[in-house]
Amino acid sequence: MKEEVRLMKGNEALAHAMIRYGADGYFGYPITPQSEVLETLEAEMPWESTGMVVVQAESELASINMVYGGAACGKAVVTSSSSPGISLMQEGISYLAASELPALIVNVMRGGPGLGTIHPSQADYFQAVKGGGHGDYRLITLAPSSVQEMCDFVGLAWDLSFKYRTVAMILADGIVGQMMEKVVLPPQRPRRTDEEIRKQCPWALTGAKGRKPNVISSLELDTAQMERNNERFQRTYREIEKNEVRVEMLDVDDCDYLLVAFGSMARICQKVMENAREEGLKLGLIRPITLWPFPYEQIKNAAKKAKGILVVELDAGQMIEDVKLAVECKVDVEHYGRLGGIVPNPDEVLDALKEKVINKKK
Amino acid sequence: MEINDIIKPENCVYKKPTLLNDTNMHYCPGCSHGVVHKLIAEILEEKGWGDKAIGVSPVGCAVFAYKYVDIDWVEAAHGRAPALATAIKRLQPDKLVFTYQGDGDLAAIGTGETIHAANRGENIAIIFINNAIYGMTGGQMAPTTLLGMKTATTPYGRRVDLNGYPLAISELVAHLDGSCYVTRQSVHTPAAVRKAKAAIIHAFENSMAGKGTSLVEIVSTCNAGWKMTPAQANDWMVEHMFKKYPIGDLKNE
Repeated sequence: MKEEVRLMKGNEALAHAMIRYGADGYFGYPITPQSEVLETLEAEMPWESTGMVVVQAESELASINMVYGGAACGKAVVTSSSSPGISLMQEGISYLAASELPALIVNVMRGGPGLGTIHPSQADYFQAVKGGGHGDYRLITLAPSSVQEMCDFVGLAWDLSFKYRTVAMILADGIVGQMMEKVVLPPQRPRRTDEEIRKQCPWALTGAKGRKPNVISSLELDTAQMERNNERFQRTYREIEKNEVRVEMLDVDDCDYLLVAFGSMARICQKVMENAREEGLKLGLIRPITLWPFPYEQIKNAAKKAKGILVVELDAGQMIEDVKLAVECKVDVEHYGRLGGIVPNPDEVLDALKEKVINKKK
Repeated sequence: MEINDIIKPENCVYKKPTLLNDTNMHYCPGCSHGVVHKLIAEILEEKGWGDKAIGVSPVGCAVFAYKYVDIDWVEAAHGRAPALATAIKRLQPDKLVFTYQGDGDLAAIGTGETIHAANRGENIAIIFINNAIYGMTGGQMAPTTLLGMKTATTPYGRRVDLNGYPLAISELVAHLDGSCYVTRQSVHTPAAVRKAKAAIIHAFENSMAGKGTSLVEIVSTCNAGWKMTPAQANDWMVEHMFKKYPIGDLKNE
């Protein structure tokens, strides 16, 4: 398959990207608002073209454990779901992290808690970046804000995941999953051969032929060894924090106030910036692309010249905690969010900025 | 004749399979797990499948199965072994993929994964150790605990009104179109061990031939959990367990 320009939904772009970036297996269970991922894969029949395996599992619990089995074989495996399904997967994610396995998990977030709503939300921020399962672990968390990024981040997430043997998550929201945009689909990246997998992943379960047996296990009853294991995980996480922070900064050098937003909210904030300029108000936008590792330094530096910061999220105030940590109380940081699946329009964000940040200053 | 005259290679009639390593097993004396581990190692070695085999160990007493049999293993979360095995076999169809699970793992917390993997006809073999008790956590009621049987959580015996009925999950799996071979065996006598070995070989052959899901239930003893001597446990198993869980093939297609 060659590079191709198409108009499609974010969820469909995810599915096409999985095939084109050489996925070995997808395991998933239907849930709104991301069912198009599994539907598109089944329609595309990649097992006929690239040999990619696609399985509709009996539950998210089964899907994540299929991912665990596939990842243990050194294969490029992925599952996608939405918030309640991702909650069900947390045990499996913790096992994947503890076993230092590369894998990709996509969360197209909907409103919660509980069964909540099928409408968009960003309220799984804490779950993704602070660890939703048990134990000390981190997920490389990428937040796409366009259909193009839904596609591109599949390749990026796998590259990072295999580089560090750490689970990567694409944390999208229901808007990015459902909206249609132009997307440039990459040319087909061939799936790795068995030989390439043995070379890249000498730890993988490929049959103990000509080598000692490989065992993938998260269990360690020797507490001293368990501490050493945890210290090794932490060293990897520090390395990721050092190397892999990604952030988009718009007009931050020439602004009075800063907006901080990720995913679809960053797109809305771009319109807020335009509208504000018409009123003579200079706004900058910081869009964290990696939510973990979080761009603390970049935000800290950009905030030095700002008179105030508004964090715009589709939740009750989650990322704001990291923004506050970044600016170390040197700048006023306020939050504006809508809950329950409601998406704010640019005018109400600008009003919130005036009311909560600008006028408060006066 | 001196003993050293007897211990010679030409007089060897039996030896431990080399795939079964010398790590000290954590199993209690009298437990059936050791015998079944040895059978698996012996079969893999005799058939030359050691470098093709990928095992999935459970949570429960057999959690450390990977320490004793020298093949590739992954240790699953409690009950999820058939989900892992599904992906491993789909992604590497040339491998011999099997799970090794106890009654709590396979028939309580992992019932969904067991039923659905078998119903999809995944080309995996499931070795199911049924000793009617949770051994590792200290002898609590299992889904397969017999009525009236005393455990740590049924101190006065299992009662239908409080605990429901013992679950014969092999019969359930035999009903599914995706399963090709379901059998119930035991390892309490040399003859039973030989039959169990033949059953596991058949299950492994089915996995390699892509015939569907095979399940080999081994009705087992947990003499420590049952608070009996190993010999008493064998007798108790024959007298009580075999009534609810009769030995023999349930399905062989």
